[in-house]
Amino acid sequence: MIPLSWYLIVAAIIFCIGLYGALARRNAIGVLMGIELMLNAVNINLIAFWRYITPEVLTGQVFALFVITVAAAEAAIGLALIISIFRNRETVTVEDLDMMKW
Amino acid sequence: MTLVQIVFLVLAVAAIGSAVGVVTSKNILYSALLLIACLFVIAGFYVLLEAPFLAAVQVLIYVGAIAVLIIFAVMLTENLMRKQRAWNEQWWVALLVALALAAVLLYVVVTAQWQLSAAATPGDAIAALGQSLMSTYVLPFEVASVLLLMALIGAIIIAREERKEGE
Repeated sequence: MIPLSWYLIVAAIIFCIGLYGALARRNAIGVLMGIELMLNAVNINLIAFWRYITPEVLTGQVFALFVITVAAAEAAIGLALIISIFRNRETVTVEDLDMMKW
Repeated sequence: MTLVQIVFLVLAVAAIGSAVGVVTSKNILYSALLLIACLFVIAGFYVLLEAPFLAAVQVLIYVGAIAVLIIFAVMLTENLMRKQRAWNEQWWVALLVALALAAVLLYVVVTAQWQLSAAATPGDAIAALGQSLMSTYVLPFEVASVLLLMALIGAIIIAREERKEGE
């Protein structure tokens, strides 16, 4: 049997890698990929807690399903925004998209 | 060390390695392909955790839909073979934040005492999952369907090319 903490450690590491990607990437699509990694790390945690702590209630799995649903919606809207920005400004580098900066 | 633990360790190394590749690759298309590998490996974790339905959903939605969307966006926006700086000027701040968060999370995970349950997973977990989605969680289920509809319409409207009359 795999200890619960192994899953949590892997999920924590993947979450922090995703956080770094979301904060440090120059390409807006790379930022979105970092966010997807973070959402996946959260899902690993949810399923691991479901399996090891409350396997008789399915709340963990249902939560993970809703997280995947929201991730799909977020990816669709985010990529549509990126394509629209590229069409108008010819760039997807987040540093160049500073027209709302004071 | 049992066989399952060895499988887990192989999956963990693959997941973390491909995740590092996603955020460090200079070519955004390689990042997208490594992201697909990482999502596949995470589906393997779900299989190890006895959640086969979630593993199938992961492959169908993440690998099948989201990753393909990301690759489409990459192809529509970037000169694919152009090498570019992967990170912005604040990358070291981001690294500090990520490392600090990792330290806190790992400390908590290693020291926490969890109330583990020895119960086995229900044999018909998929049927139970479907029933709970249609009974206990019916309201969030409906809200999720409305959210998906709004995302569908919104994505079409945002990404649509504006054409003037008579063009």
